[in-house]
Amino acid sequence: MPLHLKRLLMTGVVIVSLFLLLKHALTPFSFGQFGHYRGNSIAEIAALPVHFVGNKSCESCHDTIVTMKSESYHSDLSCEGCHGAAYKHIENPKTEKLIKPNTREFCGKCHSINPARPAKAIVQQNIKDHHPEANCVKCHNPHQP
Amino acid sequence: MTEKISSLSRRNFLKNAGVTAGTLVVASTLPSFNAVLFAAVKRNTKGPWYGIAIDIEKCIGCGTCAKTCKIENNVPQEPFFFRSWVEQYTIRKDGTLNVVSPNGGIDGFTQTVPTDQIEKTFFVPKMCNHCAKSPCVQVCPVGATYETEDGIVLVDEKYCIGCKYCIQACPYGCRYFHPEKKVVDKCTLCFHRIKKGMNPACMDNCPTKARISGDLNDPESAISKFLRTKNVYVLKPHLNTGSKLYYNALNQEVR
Repeated sequence: MPLHLKRLLMTGVVIVSLFLLLKHALTPFSFGQFGHYRGNSIAEIAALPVHFVGNKSCESCHDTIVTMKSESYHSDLSCEGCHGAAYKHIENPKTEKLIKPNTREFCGKCHSINPARPAKAIVQQNIKDHHPEANCVKCHNPHQP
Repeated sequence: MTEKISSLSRRNFLKNAGVTAGTLVVASTLPSFNAVLFAAVKRNTKGPWYGIAIDIEKCIGCGTCAKTCKIENNVPQEPFFFRSWVEQYTIRKDGTLNVVSPNGGIDGFTQTVPTDQIEKTFFVPKMCNHCAKSPCVQVCPVGATYETEDGIVLVDEKYCIGCKYCIQACPYGCRYFHPEKKVVDKCTLCFHRIKKGMNPACMDNCPTKARISGDLNDPESAISKFLRTKNVYVLKPHLNTGSKLYYNALNQEVR
């Protein structure tokens, strides 16, 4: 083989092996395990922390309120839907308090009159006319409305 | 000279045409060129195959889904970053359409169109459709977004380079650019919750249980029953994205 072809061949081999080495070093370990993506990212996303812990966790301390609510019109509601995420509260119930929303606007998010709300799906009130002087919770217990 | 003329002869033309046509017919049966296979929606039949169902007749537009989604998944609170949001559709009697979604519905809705002008009005909760043939996944240049084997579209935030191509590709507008992480973020169907045996946060907290998700391969799951008993429809079916977000009582005006 002539010398100039040999040199060209050698250069080619060096470039290709450099490329393969770099590709190996730069591709994440689990890339291509399941498809054209990093397989480990599935486990990473699955391990993210949960914020909304569910009604079961509330029962262990607030059993009377949970029972009262489960027999009322609000039985389908989750506790955290109104009170906010309880992931901190269940670990430090004394210091991490949950919110107790009691404004007319908050109740109105579901119960104010809006033609877009299906009439049979929810009880609706005109929150401007219906006893505007007081908060809803003065008369209606949200756990037993 | 005579040979050149003979290569254009009728016999040669017919022969070449026959070979070309034959090759095309044979090639069209191969999987990679098969239009029928290409148009079909793939589906995992071995494990779970997750889908979502939303009942518009039950949605009261309270915005709890949008609010809880932001908390569960650390979505920025600014009013233009959403993984899940609610739109209020109003069709006026003159046929014009009014679609609003103030802060994704988190602050509640008011109807600004006078009642006597309203032909029809309803809420449409929106989120990632978790398409079986996601356009967003197909355009990612680095393989940072993908469909898992159980049919959930995820983003690998360590691998995303933030080119935002997938945001443009999504026909449903379900992706946003995270301002702090500088990567694209989207609904994971609360992957971290369903893998722990829980429901997605938006579905657990929906007060009217208007939204459910579950395994489409399990004939006894709530979503399979929903699909059997309701007349469901997906958004933009003509795009053949293989959307797995099924709406009951969806109006044709919804885009």
